[in-house]
Amino acid sequence: MSEKIFIRNAKPSDLDAVVGLDEVGQREVKQAYWQGIFDHYVKSGRADRICLVAEKGNAVVGFIVGEVRAWEFGSPPCGWVFALSVAHAVREMGIGQRMFDEICSRLKQSGINTVRTMVDLDNKLTLSFFRSVGMCTGRYIELERQID
Amino acid sequence: MKLNKASLFALISVLELASDAERQLSTTDIAKKYCISTHHLAKVMRNLVHEGVIQAIRGVGGGYRFAGNINRTTLLDIIQLFETMESELDLPHWGEDGNPIVAELQSVTNEIDNLTKAVLDTITLATALKNSRLREELLTNRKQPEAG
Repeated sequence: MSEKIFIRNAKPSDLDAVVGLDEVGQREVKQAYWQGIFDHYVKSGRADRICLVAEKGNAVVGFIVGEVRAWEFGSPPCGWVFALSVAHAVREMGIGQRMFDEICSRLKQSGINTVRTMVDLDNKLTLSFFRSVGMCTGRYIELERQID
Repeated sequence: MKLNKASLFALISVLELASDAERQLSTTDIAKKYCISTHHLAKVMRNLVHEGVIQAIRGVGGGYRFAGNINRTTLLDIIQLFETMESELDLPHWGEDGNPIVAELQSVTNEIDNLTKAVLDTITLATALKNSRLREELLTNRKQPEAG
């Protein structure tokens, strides 16, 4: 029988598992990045900084990180989800959706009613996921240019 | 963006059939429901069969059935069977080494095309059907108080 999935707050001891699940960037660089994220989001104990993991058996099989940000780019307080990953072996089992629903529920408890994210145009998998949970193009457009 | 008729008819048919993969529908069934040309739709259905998106079932009570994967097929996958989604400036004598104003206009249309494709390529049939059902529920809920 398949083991149940639990969504819970990340603990400092989840750091290595989260680094292992993050598929972007080199491991050495990621370790320092995630240590900073854990210091800011896991150890702060603040309700508006959220780092959740999905646990199956004793293994961390997914994570999601987000927070409330206010008045950046002229926007009233809103939730931002800026990192999400699910282990390959347990994809398409609804784990991403459960983590997303939980982070939305936490954001709602903080008085937030809009959640945003930003995804690389070529990252079809992640874009498709966010579409599947009801997200669509929002009111802000990301612009960029190369600095010569 | 204006979809050509074939793309639109294909999207309607594929979504209609994919909403219940066990159900068979004839060209007439779909044409009647959406008040569209049976003749034009028949051509579109033949293309969709040829591409393996739908399957033709012969015999009494025959029709068409969805044959793809709703979690893997995107709206763009269907549209690109019928059109390229590349905007073209209607300037017959425009060449690659041409006028910088035309080049700038081409660049703008390319930017728009890329965004359009990014949206269409990340909405799977499953997501489109889920959103359609949510719309239907909303409509039903709005109508219920009137009926009561």
